Amino acid sequence: MSNELIDFVIVSVALLAIGIYGLSVKRNFIRMLFAVEIIINAANLNLVAFARFLPHSGGQTFALFSIAIAAAEVAVGLALIIVAYRMYKNIDVADFRSLKG
Amino acid sequence: MVDALFLGIAVLTIVSAIAALEMRSLIYGGIALMGTLGGIAGFFILLDSPFVALFQIAVYVGSIAVLILFTIMLVKRELIFQKKEDPKRRYAGIGLMLIIMISLGALIFNSGISSITTEEPSVDYREIGKDFLTYYWPALVVMALVLSSSITGAMVLARRHDGVEDEQRTD
Repeated sequence: MSNELIDFVIVSVALLAIGIYGLSVKRNFIRMLFAVEIIINAANLNLVAFARFLPHSGGQTFALFSIAIAAAEVAVGLALIIVAYRMYKNIDVADFRSLKG
Repeated sequence: MVDALFLGIAVLTIVSAIAALEMRSLIYGGIALMGTLGGIAGFFILLDSPFVALFQIAVYVGSIAVLILFTIMLVKRELIFQKKEDPKRRYAGIGLMLIIMISLGALIFNSGISSITTEEPSVDYREIGKDFLTYYWPALVVMALVLSSSITGAMVLARRHDGVEDEQRTD
């Protein structure tokens, strides 16, 4: 196998950084959800890469759990977007003021 | 050394991740996100984990990306193209991204990860099935409950409360 563990980890770090950039800069609810998805995928890539290089099935099992939970998270997140859009007619998080304490 | 396939998938994944966040239209952003998720599935195949790659394609590229695209289409047209951004916040975000990349990258390059190589065969997917049904079975049951309750919760959240549905039904 010509690819090494560090190559996959570097790609994963790049995706994590892009995701954090998106979460901190974007104010659009759907774009923030995109950023969360990118971060979760970076974590999954790490899990599977380590599972391959320290041959152990635990990493792949955890990646499968993680994918399933991410699906639930997206379903709830999109339902929240629909509810917020219906209430405020907007998907900009700066406008969702009633959630502030 | 990395091979050309790895390099191609890495470029596809990272460029489409940036495009997903930066494209003006949310619909094109959603399609670019599909590219990122597909690229990750490609990495899983390179890592000899075809089972996880198939799961990734079925769940992420097949259902989550389509769900996101349908939600985008439910939103008003002007909001899809709207791009209100504070330039100061943007520069701060880019700085934060570079700091995370450089510091984590330096940390990883100086750690012992670069010396890890393996000649052993990859994990068989039968092992994963055995794991699911023996050691992790309580987690599997909890995951099933979490999934079904979150889907129910999502449906309850997104339900209409203003009676418009009933009026439409009587029409």
